[in-house]
Amino acid sequence: MSQTLLQRFNLRERIRDRDTAVYSILVIAAILFPIVDIYANGGGTADVSQATRAGTFVLLAIGLNVVVGFAGLLDLGYAAFYAIGAYTYALFGSLQLASSPLHHAIHVNFWIMIFVAMFVAAAFGAILGFPTLRLRGDYLAIVTLGFGEIVPQLFYNFDQWTGGINAIGLIDQPHLPFWVQGPWSGDGDVKVVQNFNFNTDPVAFYVLIVILIAIAVILVSNLYKSRLGRAWMAIREDEVAAAAMGINTVSTKLLAFGIGASFSGFAGAYYAANLALVSPDNFLFIVSITVLVMVVLGGMGNISGVILGALVLYYVVFVLIPGLPENITNLASSVGLSSDVAGTIADATTRLNFIIYGLILVAMMLLRPQGILPSRVREQELKHASVQEDEAAVEMTHQE
Amino acid sequence: METDHILELTNLTKRFGGLVAVDNVSFSIKRGEVFALIGPNGAGKTTLFNNVTGLYTPTAGRVVFDGRDITGYKPHQVARYGIARTFQNIRLFDFMSCLDNVRVGRHVRMKAKVWDSLFKLPRERREEERVTEEAMELLRFVGIQRQANQYARNLPYGQQRRLEIARALATEPKLLLLDEPAAGFTPQEKVELMALVKKILTRGITVFLIEHDMKVVMGISERIVVLDHGEKIAEGPPDEVRKDVRVIEAYLGKSA
Repeated sequence: MSQTLLQRFNLRERIRDRDTAVYSILVIAAILFPIVDIYANGGGTADVSQATRAGTFVLLAIGLNVVVGFAGLLDLGYAAFYAIGAYTYALFGSLQLASSPLHHAIHVNFWIMIFVAMFVAAAFGAILGFPTLRLRGDYLAIVTLGFGEIVPQLFYNFDQWTGGINAIGLIDQPHLPFWVQGPWSGDGDVKVVQNFNFNTDPVAFYVLIVILIAIAVILVSNLYKSRLGRAWMAIREDEVAAAAMGINTVSTKLLAFGIGASFSGFAGAYYAANLALVSPDNFLFIVSITVLVMVVLGGMGNISGVILGALVLYYVVFVLIPGLPENITNLASSVGLSSDVAGTIADATTRLNFIIYGLILVAMMLLRPQGILPSRVREQELKHASVQEDEAAVEMTHQE
Repeated sequence: METDHILELTNLTKRFGGLVAVDNVSFSIKRGEVFALIGPNGAGKTTLFNNVTGLYTPTAGRVVFDGRDITGYKPHQVARYGIARTFQNIRLFDFMSCLDNVRVGRHVRMKAKVWDSLFKLPRERREEERVTEEAMELLRFVGIQRQANQYARNLPYGQQRRLEIARALATEPKLLLLDEPAAGFTPQEKVELMALVKKILTRGITVFLIEHDMKVVMGISERIVVLDHGEKIAEGPPDEVRKDVRVIEAYLGKSA
């Protein structure tokens, strides 16, 4: 007995260790990345801005993981809440309302609006969820799909208020009483500046998103290990049994929806401030799907896996694929091919862009269906499913 | 409204289209007894359970639990008022540990709100510790404490049944519904189950069970109701029911 106890003890240690290891690596990478990158690029901050955009997607993926990974609800319209968060800040942090029927611009501080946006998105999550969460599985997915299609359309069509296709620009950027600036902001030494505006320093946005992600990770893993997290798992495993144990399945699912949406609203407000521009085009179906793929690819239900998934996929979609024609041309000419041939290859890759993207997705899912870093539970479920398939196959051959 | 009867069914009827699964059944269960529901396959026993626990809404009739009319309540409300159940074909949370299965059972008696959990407030932490203790205690009670950290689906069949009972007990029920708890058990396991049911009674919980095994039923239950084709055909102590002509007919067919 002592032997088995010891084994179990080790197993639990290992689970905890894997997460600790992954998080430590991520934290160290997050700190070293801007330093090394800016140094290597001689003070250029383009990569850091890129990483900041990736961070928004990480935040989105962490939020969607609550809905899809924890509670097992397929949400195909997640970008809608992202849009709601972004527009909440955009409207109350720009001149937009001056040209609306209100005729008066409203400027609310970013640090307040990021929480307002969070609550607004959560409220919309609850409003959408309340009548629809009685639906199961595929039906719910279709309702969320519809919601995801409607929301950007609303922002297009209520152009009196939202500017419609013209988007909202010149959005206020966050301020802080003081900040540390250094060579990376283009003017010499490390010094403390007062009354700091984020638009002067991309590194500040980077620091902010890293902090937001860290907070999100802590809060979400707290939830996962709580009464509510267990209730979500129970509902995912067996809804009838969960209800018989006294879990109110509707309100528990509603909470998953609301909490997932609130992270999206959070990310939306940040995104609006970072880009200083929001347009309905930024929140189309493809965004929902990309975030969903990040969650599945990273390992549904496992927070550290989802973060990795988001980073990897962001790199593939926004850096690797768009840069492919140029890189291939460079490669071709460096191997000594004539510029004509190189140009043809570049043309071909431009046309094949999405096919290459699709192939990467197919390959990743074939090689690692459980995701990059799966949760232990998912791993077991998949194993169990494949064993059942094998058993079924054996039975079939016996019957023949 | 304290009554002698913990559960009273009055003219309970459940129809599925043209099929009458439970037909005008009335009986009462006394506080602190072991009450058994028996009948041939398809007699409507599980359907009756589902009507009591809120999985189905009765077509007609009333379910009164502990002085409260709970007809048509949702399953989670029924559980909150103090009825817990197990399932005929075990429904555990397969990919959660045994400990977590029981802790899910504690859910309904826990107070932590979203904020408490999000920020891991001290009171939430204390509650989690207490609940873990209570869950371990229940695993010990049914005798599977050594399997606490295993996935529920990796347990042998008999232990899964025990785990389901522990999970049901975790909701602090006044009335425990067991749907064929001894199905597929060896004679030895059946004896152990009967001992477990007696132990549950000492906690002040009334037990209402469906069972096919006559030895188990006759051995532990004080009163029995027999269903056939959805109708109640007999009610009384084991010795009487055993001799009832209609019961014998229902099980063995009419003698020529």
